[in-house]
Amino acid sequence: MSLAAQLGGSKRWKRPPLIKSPLLRWLLGIGAALYLAAAFGSLEVNWLRVWEGLDRGWAFVLGFMQPDFVSRWADIKEGIIESLVMTVTSTVIGILISVPIGLGAARNIAPLPVYLFCRGIIAVSRSFQEIIVAILFVAIFGFGPFAGVVTLSFATIGFLAKLLAEDIEDSRAEQLEAVRATGSSWLQLMNYAVQPQVMPRLIGLSMYRLDINFRESAVVGLVGAGGIGATLNTSFDRYEFDTTAAILITIIAIVMATEYASGIIRARVQ
Amino acid sequence: MLRLDGVVKTYPTGDKALKGVTMAVPKGQVIGLIGPSGAGKSTLIRCINRLVEPTEGSITLEDVELTKLGASALRVQRRRMGMIFQEYALVERLTVMENVLSGRLGYVGFWRSYFRKFPQTSIDEAFRLLDRVGLSEMVDKRADELSGGQRQRVGIARALIQDPAILLVDEPTASLDPKTSRQIMRLICELCEERGLAAIINIHDVALAQMFVRRIVGLRVGEIVFDGPPDSMTAETLTEIYGEEDWSATIREVDEEADEEEADVAPATSGHMPEADRDRLAGLT
Repeated sequence: MSLAAQLGGSKRWKRPPLIKSPLLRWLLGIGAALYLAAAFGSLEVNWLRVWEGLDRGWAFVLGFMQPDFVSRWADIKEGIIESLVMTVTSTVIGILISVPIGLGAARNIAPLPVYLFCRGIIAVSRSFQEIIVAILFVAIFGFGPFAGVVTLSFATIGFLAKLLAEDIEDSRAEQLEAVRATGSSWLQLMNYAVQPQVMPRLIGLSMYRLDINFRESAVVGLVGAGGIGATLNTSFDRYEFDTTAAILITIIAIVMATEYASGIIRARVQ
Repeated sequence: MLRLDGVVKTYPTGDKALKGVTMAVPKGQVIGLIGPSGAGKSTLIRCINRLVEPTEGSITLEDVELTKLGASALRVQRRRMGMIFQEYALVERLTVMENVLSGRLGYVGFWRSYFRKFPQTSIDEAFRLLDRVGLSEMVDKRADELSGGQRQRVGIARALIQDPAILLVDEPTASLDPKTSRQIMRLICELCEERGLAAIINIHDVALAQMFVRRIVGLRVGEIVFDGPPDSMTAETLTEIYGEEDWSATIREVDEEADEEEADVAPATSGHMPEADRDRLAGLT
């Protein structure tokens, strides 16, 4: 019993600190503060350049105020249609490949070698940003939307297969057990116990990936993999900010539309 | 009909869940398997249909050695063992009918089951069973719309449509209220009697087990420490199974239950009376 309690006073309580050792706690805190100060100190900012950039930024804002859909409409239309085609095909191809890989990457239903193999594919797909993959595929397949489709399908696998596998691992074990106990085969187990549990999430993720792929299709175009990104890049290079604004507004509108649609679909499949 | 011989289960963590369990289940006998949490009850019944692989020992069902079967032969034998679960283990997003028909998965090919084209005889049987467990109105409801008691009835129908020789029942009443618990236990025991099914029922509620089964097996840390009729259980046996505790309440409850059953028999009331009576009493507990 503490002295205070013995004296009839009330016992004090303080929340235990996250890091127990006071020495380590202070060292970490001071170290982080020093590093932050040094990091800011090493940033070289050319304030003159920033000042000049403001003008350019203002020109962009003005251009944005008066988007010009008309003068380059044919290019915009072509770019958007190409992007949409890339989006849909790459999402469908990505889903078709992701589902078997996702099943294989779920530890509770796949044997260890299959699991490691599928996790490996996912890790490779996730370790590169779309731009890097796009540069690679443009180098392999040449400029154009085909490289973009391959890039986005590849990126979709890492995203969808991983999240699908995690959802399968989170599914209720007793439901799997119950279906297995009836003498079902592996495929029947997938169809009766796994699919009903993960389907809403799979649909939601696919819709989400569809709109990610649309946005990415604009990005991979910058490195020559087709789509609206190429059109956007050209308009930037020509300082046609009004056309750029028109392209950006179109992209925003389409992203919002897919987002709205995916919201409705996800609510429906609960 | 079912024989377990020196069944041992050691988990990869080194935990010995079963330390040589030997027992025989004759045709049509319903056994209550009691014991504290962690005694190995769930492991034992899962070793029988090999949802858990036994480490040692042999298990034979109607002269088929289950422990040595390959994957497809095991699936054929699993059809003969219906399983009922504590948390019902229905596939919640499937309809009641799909859940019941999933009991036939061992009998049909993948594409038939995929398109839900089960043979008409299975569908007739499913309707008959749903009617028997009192759910004929619920056929196309989704399983997660049902109450606990209703879900367990679906679970029972799914186990029975397998046309099993034995039921493996894992804590069927642990998630149910006292009245529903009795109804479910009664239903399981009645159905076993109707169909001449054997059953092993894992159950926490000793008094409930004593009410409904003719043989009780007590398991403690992976070993059988009691095997006999329910009325031969005493405070000492319960102490042996569960450890030191004041068992007078449990035992007394048992005595009351026994008295009540006798009282029911004595006036020879109509067949339905005792049931209603018991339910009323159960509702009060």
